[in-house]
Amino acid sequence: MIDLRTAYLGLSLKSPLVASSSPLTESLENIQRLEDAGAAAVVLPSIFEEQLALESNALDRDLSRGTESSAESLSYLPAFEDYRQGQDAYLSQIRRAKNACSIPILASLNGATAKGWVRFAKEIEQAGADALELNTYSLATGSRETSGAIEKELVTLVRLVKEATRIPVAVKLSPQYTSIPHLAMELDQAGADALVLFNRFYQPDFNIEELDVSPKLTLSRPEELLLRLHWVAILYGDVQADLAVTGGVHSAEGVLKSIMAGAQVAMMTSVLLAKGIAHLTTIQTDLIRWMEEHEYESIRQMRGSLSRRAVPDPSAFERGNYIKTLSSYTMRAASV
Amino acid sequence: MAEWADQWKEEGRKNIWGTIPVVAEMQSEGGAAGAMHGALQAGATSTTFTCSQGLLLMIPNMYKIAGELTSNVIHVTARAIATHALSIFGDQSDVMACRGTGYAILASDSVQEAADLALVAHISTMGSRIPFIHFFDGFRTSHEINKAFAISDETIRAMLDEEFVLDHRLRALSSDNPILRGTAQNPDVFFQAREAANPYYLACPTIVQNAMDAFAKQTGRGYHLFDYVGAPDADRVIVLMGSGAGAVEETINYLNSQGEKLGLLKVRLYRPFAAEAFLAALPATVKSIAVLDRTKDAAGLGEPLYQDVLTAFSEAFSSGTAPFAQQPRIIGGRYGLSSKEFTPAMAKGVFDELKQPRPKNHFTIGIHDDVTHTSLAFDPEFSTEDPRTVRALFYGLGSDGTVGANKNSIKIIGSETPGYAQGYFVYDSKKSGSVTTSHLRFGPDPILSTYLITKANFVACHQFSFLERMDILAAAAPEAVFLLNAPYGPDEIWNHIPRTTQETILKKKLQFYVIDGNTVARETGMGNRLNTIMQTCFFAISGVLPPDEAIAQIKKSIKKTYGKRGDAVVQKNFAAVDAAVAALHKVNVPDKITAVFDILPMLPKEAPAFVYNVLGEMASGRGDLLPVSALPPGGTFPTGTSQWEKRNIAQMVPVWDEELCIQCGKCVLVCPHAVIRAKVYDTALLANAPATFKSAKPKWKNMDHELYTLQVAPEDCTGCTLCVQICPVKSKSEAKHKAINMEMQAPLREAEVKNWNFFESLPSVDRGRLSHTQVKDIQLLDPLFEFSGACAGCGETPYLKLLTQLFGDRLYIANATGCSSIYGGNLPTTPYTVNKSGRGPTWSNSLFEDNAEFGLGMRLALDQQKGYAEDLLQRLAPTLGDDLVTSILTAPQVKEPEINAQRERVLAVRQKLAGVGSAEARAMLAIADSLVRKSVWIIGGDGWAYDIGFGGLDHVLGSGKNVKVLVLDTETYSNTGGQMSKSTPRGAVAKFAEGGKPNSKKDLAMEAVAYGSVYVARVAMGGSDMQTVKAFQEAEAYDGPAIIIAYSHCIAHGYDLSFGMEQQKNAVLSGYWPLMRYNPALRTEGKNPFILDSKAPTLPLKEFSYHEARYTMLARSRPEVAAKLLLEAQDDVERSWRVYSGRAAMPGRSASPHIAPPEPVGAIAPLGSAAPK
Repeated sequence: MIDLRTAYLGLSLKSPLVASSSPLTESLENIQRLEDAGAAAVVLPSIFEEQLALESNALDRDLSRGTESSAESLSYLPAFEDYRQGQDAYLSQIRRAKNACSIPILASLNGATAKGWVRFAKEIEQAGADALELNTYSLATGSRETSGAIEKELVTLVRLVKEATRIPVAVKLSPQYTSIPHLAMELDQAGADALVLFNRFYQPDFNIEELDVSPKLTLSRPEELLLRLHWVAILYGDVQADLAVTGGVHSAEGVLKSIMAGAQVAMMTSVLLAKGIAHLTTIQTDLIRWMEEHEYESIRQMRGSLSRRAVPDPSAFERGNYIKTLSSYTMRAASV
Repeated sequence: MAEWADQWKEEGRKNIWGTIPVVAEMQSEGGAAGAMHGALQAGATSTTFTCSQGLLLMIPNMYKIAGELTSNVIHVTARAIATHALSIFGDQSDVMACRGTGYAILASDSVQEAADLALVAHISTMGSRIPFIHFFDGFRTSHEINKAFAISDETIRAMLDEEFVLDHRLRALSSDNPILRGTAQNPDVFFQAREAANPYYLACPTIVQNAMDAFAKQTGRGYHLFDYVGAPDADRVIVLMGSGAGAVEETINYLNSQGEKLGLLKVRLYRPFAAEAFLAALPATVKSIAVLDRTKDAAGLGEPLYQDVLTAFSEAFSSGTAPFAQQPRIIGGRYGLSSKEFTPAMAKGVFDELKQPRPKNHFTIGIHDDVTHTSLAFDPEFSTEDPRTVRALFYGLGSDGTVGANKNSIKIIGSETPGYAQGYFVYDSKKSGSVTTSHLRFGPDPILSTYLITKANFVACHQFSFLERMDILAAAAPEAVFLLNAPYGPDEIWNHIPRTTQETILKKKLQFYVIDGNTVARETGMGNRLNTIMQTCFFAISGVLPPDEAIAQIKKSIKKTYGKRGDAVVQKNFAAVDAAVAALHKVNVPDKITAVFDILPMLPKEAPAFVYNVLGEMASGRGDLLPVSALPPGGTFPTGTSQWEKRNIAQMVPVWDEELCIQCGKCVLVCPHAVIRAKVYDTALLANAPATFKSAKPKWKNMDHELYTLQVAPEDCTGCTLCVQICPVKSKSEAKHKAINMEMQAPLREAEVKNWNFFESLPSVDRGRLSHTQVKDIQLLDPLFEFSGACAGCGETPYLKLLTQLFGDRLYIANATGCSSIYGGNLPTTPYTVNKSGRGPTWSNSLFEDNAEFGLGMRLALDQQKGYAEDLLQRLAPTLGDDLVTSILTAPQVKEPEINAQRERVLAVRQKLAGVGSAEARAMLAIADSLVRKSVWIIGGDGWAYDIGFGGLDHVLGSGKNVKVLVLDTETYSNTGGQMSKSTPRGAVAKFAEGGKPNSKKDLAMEAVAYGSVYVARVAMGGSDMQTVKAFQEAEAYDGPAIIIAYSHCIAHGYDLSFGMEQQKNAVLSGYWPLMRYNPALRTEGKNPFILDSKAPTLPLKEFSYHEARYTMLARSRPEVAAKLLLEAQDDVERSWRVYSGRAAMPGRSASPHIAPPEPVGAIAPLGSAAPK
């Protein structure tokens, strides 16, 4: 019997297959289907503090517009006793998912202010989430923001959230930090229970007919996995926090690679969006088949087996790798 | 009141019997009365709320309900009835029109009384079986905010005798115990049966007094059928009912303390009029009485209450039962029509008149009647204000939140302190840039002053621009505090305020504070909302509360008010409070006047005399001072007056980039206020142009050698940005730059005013050179509807403007009451105007419910006059010449040049008849213009067309007459604040559809299509401007009834109206609003008359509807219900698409000519049918 069990954020999971934070995990029905298809845990879509502020301000504007301007029409919309705020819906979704599923439910939060991060983290904890993933995406667009300040802010934030909550906290990072190992170590010290590598972002796309720019998100491609494997393999063993791979995991092979690099779990979305939730079952079947064929007994057994520490020549993960890849390519080209 | 009832129903609040009352909105008040009558007959306890025209519509049912002795209460916020003009404001004309219905009438004078006597009315009706009108003055009481004690359910239970309720139920119709009610009776018994009700009326006053006594026992607040206040030995007494009692009582208290002997008799139960109780309530010492009526009986001997009082006295004296030694002298007078102020000064004026040996009878008070000299003089400086009361006046904009903040302040004082507070709010009649004036009183005792503040010890001006044209400090008391929001600091402000304002500050020794509230608002994320900021400043310097306590209370109240809108809103308001205190500065007032400018008149001196002298005074807020002679009797006013009122309300205005512009004309088309205009003109005319006047080479083939200018009216623009949103051109080097862009108005104003004036002086393009079906050409047609007070970004007015561009010079408009009648016809200035030859739309508003009929009447009159004129032509042929007569009678008048040619012929007729004095010639001159084709348009909103006026609309469409109907469909009652109509779409929330409208919108277009002979179009300018123009042209050209249903985005939809046209497009793309035309004229050509102009839906409905708060609010409050309704609404779209596309795909008659079975050979033709060929 192959043992797929793994541990992540102190939770024991039946396998390393986790549905990452995405619109896919928005509906309860999908979450249940993911559980049925074999997901060991589900990360809910992110709640964005900025979005909440936008919604709050928009509601305020919508309810105020045109009011108290005309003797016969002091308002234009009926007044409700209450409006469900974005966070109310989110918190209730956590509760509903917890009630409906037996797998761990991880919430995801993208704050905008220190106060907001902490407040929402507490509310998420109270709603019963098993763990919290901090979606720390922020984009420095001003020339006065230094990389050091940005990293410091992130570390402080993690510390604040850790101090305020008791549930495990994962930090989802972007690949665009100058020194990921240093940042990882600082986050580790700040109490992060896991690091999730890496976030994928909307990019502005240009419409040259309409002369318009609008954000666009494409599904991930398997090639994107390499960047994640690279950094998980480097960090594995150097940080106490668990490591998770997200972005580019499209197959059992991708899952195996992630674990071998040192991850506790491999998170997926794009492949499930493209091929359907049921494809998770196929991945799990493939995973078991591969492990059987290669006589692996457990996931634990292979974790980190191809990490920087575990390979005979770590230069593959370092700068030498760059030169080697190029030269071997040139040689191949020359030999044709 | 009904909206509250509906909200409580939605919240699941129960009544004293533990059930949730049903709230049903009907298509009209007539419908409401009918439904209520039915509910009563079936045994329910039932009530309704209405006023003014609505109450009039209930009258037929009221006679029935009373005649059947049915317990019922109608709560009325008494308002004026439309006569020479509509007025939404308060007086008692409506209630007085009901005094013959058999309803009892009970009057409340104040906010507290309105609550108290409402219960007394309900209790009394159950006991007496007489139905009640319970009324209080519209606006003055209905819209005043005052500290009042609520009535508990226990009090209601204690007062209500359940036996009467059971009796009411037992009297109901029942198939288990069948009865018949509502018989038709003959001369033999009707009369007697009518008299059979007498005992109930005789018992009623006692029952009411008993209810009042029971109420007093419960609450300690006692009332009587007639309540007398004042000196027990008064010699002069005023009798009145309603809110005016507050002002009179204050006057009496003040003057009696100075040794006068005055009294006031408040009439509470007006019907049945208990004469004995009335006389008993008056002091025996009274020598003279003035009876004040808040209504006018134009043709009567006197007003109703006056006549009742006279009758009571006369009967008592003639029967020898009068409790007076001598009959007092009794005079009657009118006051307070249409919320005209009624102040202690006026009350004193009446008391002074009563002192005269021959006091004026049938007087008026509060106006200056220089025509029939009815008015009494009074000293406006007389004041009875309590010196301990803080009186505060706030001038703000509707959009800056001033009123909301003031309501909030009243709640803080009223509910969080032992003090008393009162608020009353005055709005101007514009929907964009509406100026609000808040009148607030705070004091240690209950505040009964039922009149506006004229001596304020705190004046706040929340908009710096007001100082330019308003004397903000006119009502400031000496040593008052003046708070000004200005973009200048305490050291520089002095030189930026007008001379008169400086003078007042010095003369009255005002304490002057300044804050740059707009900067605070911007920096704290409040945008243009100044509410919290200015409220904080008020508390900081008014001394009403200790500042720290006030700030704590404001924050508490922010949390309460905005908490449900989300934390971000709460936080930004908190930030605004904190920043406001820091930004508030006291001005060190210099000791001399330094201003080199003064307050400008509202309308310029160049305006025509009537406009300047009369409308200008109204616009300046001095309309109250205009004498009777200044106003036209009968209510006829000139058009073209809005051009004189430069309101300067836009912070940013559009600026044209002549290099980039492709001259498509879309910005001109969509501009709701007609502030963007285009002209093509002779190059030589540019010689005198101001330096910054822009022009470009026209992009028309036949205009190569002329110049094109797109000009913005900088002082009339509302800054809505619809023009920028619709502009299709983007700069190739900077995508955000369009051919028209918003820029700050202030730096541009002076130059652009000159440019606008120069532009106005340029000649318009000859209409004959232009295609009237192309949007690009239509921009060059003069609009005859401009600068209305409609909301910034209004979705209705672009259609009206287009209508006037196309047919304005021959346009008759019948306008239903609603937004379009308010921005179309509310004084002081109005938007319909004339072209260079003095022709333009002529406009009238009858009522809400009868507009289609009203317009049909115009058509009938025009047709009849035309027929008569044609007859006269023939009779006058010897004078006019056969050629002229024949050419007029046979002239085609389809195209505009043909119509113009006919005008020339009519001119020739006029010239030839000018010197002829015969009766026929004079008759001809009076109606000669009817020989030129006229276009009659019946215009209104969906409330009129789908609901209250639908019966008439349907009849008019079925009449076959040549009238055109334009329905400005905002899918809600916009003018009265967003109540549901039958046009409201499924899933949208509206007042009376708080849970989302559960059923689909009525398809008015298909109902009209069903006639087969009516031209029908559904248009949405933002969906296709071409199709809109085509529909207007076809409708007008069709020789028969036509209806255009125009999708009109609206502020009631709950989104930024800059995106109005985009939402219109989305409405079309989603299939929610299919564009169609049904042209019966095509049938004669053998074609299918049904044309579908839009493509199959390409957008999910949600992507249209969820941009609007009317849909998303439901998703936020009841997501499951919203999801279900959205699904059903999507299904509605698909269903209607199948119907529309099916109709459009049907073959025309030429393709399938034979549907009826062929006539059998040799059959005898039925009578009247054509002979078989």
